[in-house]
Amino acid sequence: MSVMKRFSLIFRAKANKALDRMEDPRETLDYSYQTQLELLQKVRRGVADVATSRKRVELQMNQLELSSNKLDKQARDALSAGREDLAREALSRKSGVQGQLADLNTQYTSLQGEEEKLTSASQRLQSKVDAFRTKKETIKATYTAAEAQTRINEAFTGISEEMGDVGMAIQRAEDKTAQMQARAGAIDELMASGALDDVVSGPRDDIQAELDRMGASHDVDGQLERMKAELSQGSAQRQLEGSAGASDGQPAQAAQPADHQAGEGQ
Amino acid sequence: MIVRILGEGQLEVDDSAADELNVLDAKLAAAVDKGDEAGYRTAHNALLERVRSLGTPVGAEVLEPSALILPQADLTMDEVRKLLTDEGLIPG
Repeated sequence: MSVMKRFSLIFRAKANKALDRMEDPRETLDYSYQTQLELLQKVRRGVADVATSRKRVELQMNQLELSSNKLDKQARDALSAGREDLAREALSRKSGVQGQLADLNTQYTSLQGEEEKLTSASQRLQSKVDAFRTKKETIKATYTAAEAQTRINEAFTGISEEMGDVGMAIQRAEDKTAQMQARAGAIDELMASGALDDVVSGPRDDIQAELDRMGASHDVDGQLERMKAELSQGSAQRQLEGSAGASDGQPAQAAQPADHQAGEGQ
Repeated sequence: MIVRILGEGQLEVDDSAADELNVLDAKLAAAVDKGDEAGYRTAHNALLERVRSLGTPVGAEVLEPSALILPQADLTMDEVRKLLTDEGLIPG
């Protein structure tokens, strides 16, 4: 049997079942209007929930982006220091981070889609609810309970279909959001456990520690070289000038704080 | 006649298009019944495209049930089957 007809019948059957439960047709109108308002609230909450999830994914993406850039820089630093092994490690971590990013990007797009769908569903429902309210007042004012039955049934079945549709949209959005939240939670946990955190910042960053150590020893070596050069220059001058000892220390002392600051600045 | 695309809203489609839509719908039904995922995709997309291009949006103030209801584009065949067998999946 036709898929489209079957769907239509399912929606109708649901509406009829609800109608059968009501005794007074006018009561049906008021009761249905209440449920419509509740559903509208629910859709709006749904939109807000999806937006929150989307923002959370966005934050994580920013964080991973930072981490990827940092790893890239570390790889360059390591390579220019002649440490290919460190550079390789940094790049392999970077590719892991990139993988996470690609995954988050897919989630982000999907959440964005859900948000748009729910927003327009909410607008459609709002118009239908407004239409229903007008119709409801007209029916109540114009017809007796018995006369109103047909018109009420029609309006009720029409709005009930819209509500079923919107209800499905909310449920799908909720399912997707729940999935995303589970995955976002897993990434947060990874960050908290240090597996990702250690590449983002701080004390557990072993690549950075190694680079820093190399940088520091490089710096110390450099300072030693400079001092040696200055001292040998100084003693050469002393030998030439014979008795100008007091001014010898000056250039070396002036150079040292400047080097120190440059080192800290990096 | 009014055709609803779930998640998109209702469209007014001229009755003369019924035969054409029925042919596409029959292909969709056959694919769903056979569990033919690829066939389902093709038939579903063809039907969606046809309804979208033939139909004009129904006014917001209209409160009428649809003659035909078409599942939304991102519904998988499995989801369609579940919906067809278990009406409890449609809330409201």
